Amino acid sequence: MKRGLILWLPLALVLALFAVFWVGLHRQENHDIASQMVGKPLPEFTAPAAFHGQPGASTALFRDGKPRLLNVFASWCVPCVAEVPVLLRLKAMGVEVVGIAVHDTTPALAEFLGKNGNPYSRIGLDETSRLQIAIGSSGVPETFVIDGQGRIVKQHIGVVGEDDIPGLLALLGQRP
Amino acid sequence: MIAEAGLAALWFAAALALAQLVLGALATSEARAELRASIAPVAIIQALFVVTAFVCLIAVFARSDMSVLLVAENSHSAKPMIYKISGTWGNHEGSMLMWVTILAIAGATIALFERKLRADTKVATLAAQGAIALGFYAFLLFASNPFARIAGVIEGQGLNPLLQDPGLAFHPPTLYAGYVGMSAAFSFAVGALVTRNVGPEFARAMRPWILGAWVFLTIGITAGSYWSYYTLGWGGWWFWDPVENASLMPWLAATALIHSVTVLATRDGLRAWTIMLAVLAFSMSMVGTFLVRSGILTSVHSFAVDPRRGVFILELLAIYIGGALTLFALRVGTVSEGTRFDPFSREAALVANNLLLTVILIVVMAGTLYPLALEGFTGAKISVGAPYFNSVAGPLALVLMLIMAMGPLLRWRSDRPSLLLRRVAPAMLAGVIALALLIALAGPIGLLPLFGLAVAALVAVASVAPLWKRNLARTPLFTFGMVIAHLGCAVSIAGMACEAAFTKENLVAVKAGETQLIGPFAVTFAGLRELPGPNYTALEGVLLVAKGARNGGGKPFIMAPQLRQFTDPPMLTNQAAIRTFWNGQLYLTIGEKEFDGRWLLRMWWKPFVTLIWLGGAMIALGGALALLGRVRRDIFGSRKTGVAA
Repeated sequence: MKRGLILWLPLALVLALFAVFWVGLHRQENHDIASQMVGKPLPEFTAPAAFHGQPGASTALFRDGKPRLLNVFASWCVPCVAEVPVLLRLKAMGVEVVGIAVHDTTPALAEFLGKNGNPYSRIGLDETSRLQIAIGSSGVPETFVIDGQGRIVKQHIGVVGEDDIPGLLALLGQRP
Repeated sequence: MIAEAGLAALWFAAALALAQLVLGALATSEARAELRASIAPVAIIQALFVVTAFVCLIAVFARSDMSVLLVAENSHSAKPMIYKISGTWGNHEGSMLMWVTILAIAGATIALFERKLRADTKVATLAAQGAIALGFYAFLLFASNPFARIAGVIEGQGLNPLLQDPGLAFHPPTLYAGYVGMSAAFSFAVGALVTRNVGPEFARAMRPWILGAWVFLTIGITAGSYWSYYTLGWGGWWFWDPVENASLMPWLAATALIHSVTVLATRDGLRAWTIMLAVLAFSMSMVGTFLVRSGILTSVHSFAVDPRRGVFILELLAIYIGGALTLFALRVGTVSEGTRFDPFSREAALVANNLLLTVILIVVMAGTLYPLALEGFTGAKISVGAPYFNSVAGPLALVLMLIMAMGPLLRWRSDRPSLLLRRVAPAMLAGVIALALLIALAGPIGLLPLFGLAVAALVAVASVAPLWKRNLARTPLFTFGMVIAHLGCAVSIAGMACEAAFTKENLVAVKAGETQLIGPFAVTFAGLRELPGPNYTALEGVLLVAKGARNGGGKPFIMAPQLRQFTDPPMLTNQAAIRTFWNGQLYLTIGEKEFDGRWLLRMWWKPFVTLIWLGGAMIALGGALALLGRVRRDIFGSRKTGVAA
């Protein structure tokens, strides 16, 4: 009898293993990962202006009491084109969007904004991705909600869609 | 048209797999023995159909037929031809098609060449092979159709540049031949359980198939290790990446299996255990496939995958592994226990080898799956890395090596400790001398590398000891195979220990004209040049390297690591420059440009690192020689010697 039970042990172990796999497979949503940056202050940075004569972006800007969006994007990024109309709508609702252009050049940016529209109040250049990495962004596009004290309230990974507008407005403390 | 022909061939193959399963299941009983003759042709034609499907897929990739979705998603017309073809299996659907193709070829090979197995067991084996194939055909046809069409695409999205490497032409096919070749062991075990035929005859029939798959698996792992070493530019040869572990686990199980099957073949012992391992080896292969193809783990090997596919594969696995283990639990009790043996004998050493391999397998599996389990149940994300694996599996592996050194020097049935001691004395002396020399000369290098090198010296001497005072001309080929494989373990361990103990690393930012030292070399950064590649542009660092520069000597040579900017898809890859010397490798990569115009240069001097892969190649060669020896004796020798040992 004892030997008989031991023979079933491998099957029991495998079933337990598969239960783990089953649970693992159904927990695939990347959106569930809470950003490690939420609640932290923006790291100190000064990004040079993308266009001559315009202001660049820096940490100081985000501490003036007004909540803003910080959008990490690039002119070479195809999904970034898709979110421009949504950002333009947010701009029309009075939201200030600060852009950080990663690995970009002024002419390419000018072409991108000329073609798609410009939702940004100011654009800082991040030629080496150092700023991007410092604020915990691993790709483009990503959008951060920054409160008036320079703290990160939310990190949105990927394209901002129409559906995201109410959530973002709520976090920015605005009514639609 | 080619894509439709391929899809049709895949459907035919699936239908034949069903026929193989049904016919085989019926013909297992003596009452329908007349059906048995029809199984082999079905298995062979099934293989021909799926090979046709695979060739069709290669053809649409070679022709860059962008109306096929898979080609559009994974290929690009500007790619060199070799990467168009190898890109066929550089994606989920194509690699699964290759998987079933190898499975069907394995089945057809059994149908054609297996002569020793009892007729009913062979039929049951082929039925099991048909059952596995059927499930994976269903997976391809319903959840991963490689031939799906798409309209309106002009250009493809390109292949991941990391995969645009000759390694892709070689590593997946050999690894898969090993993975899927293990299906033979699984099907043999199922066939033996169904027909209650577990014994020495069965073991001798199964052994060549396991050896063959194991040789491929060994080559695949070794080649994969070298590929990641030179292509990723991280300077490491094994990352304990979940998918690397997924290939190591079936290898550990299969290594245990080729040893336990020898006990079964020679001494009729370890019946139930051998069957268990045969099931386990291929189960580990399938779990590996699942881990890679379901997207449950993220690694350099995962392609973007729909989780529903993962559920499909998981269900298949539950049916096959669960079914085989249920059969095992029901039937193996009726298999009479094999011969018992003395606790001090070669059998006992092989049992110890098996237990240690199993424990290492469990250690690797626990480390690989623990983060998954933890995340599944608590949501916490952790990563188990090299410190765990090295510190737990490393010492176990060294103990295993010691047993491996003694095993071949023990007699079957029973032996005396005093006699063994006399036989291993030279090897132990070598180990002690190595240890003493290292402590005296090498300085502090860490315990694991220290004992690794000492054990390597011991094993190297012990592994050739079985040839001592033997007539080499009359020594069977498989004995040479064992000696070379065991020696390969010593060589590989020595390489790993040297790499861990003596590697020199230097990360510097350099300007043109500056010279930096690494190990015995002086590296001068001469400048950068741009080079156009077939589908990328490369920024090449020109480095003048002089050996023995500290003593003012050595003729300088040029090494040129590259940063490659691919356009389709856009991605920056790092091409290391590697130069091999008899005593190690110099490994150089260039990185980003710093703010002040300097360039990051990363340099490694890795003494004797090549031994790692040389050892792996020797292990595979040993397996191949053992296989050749067994097959040769089966064909020519069995009449002379009566019983093949």
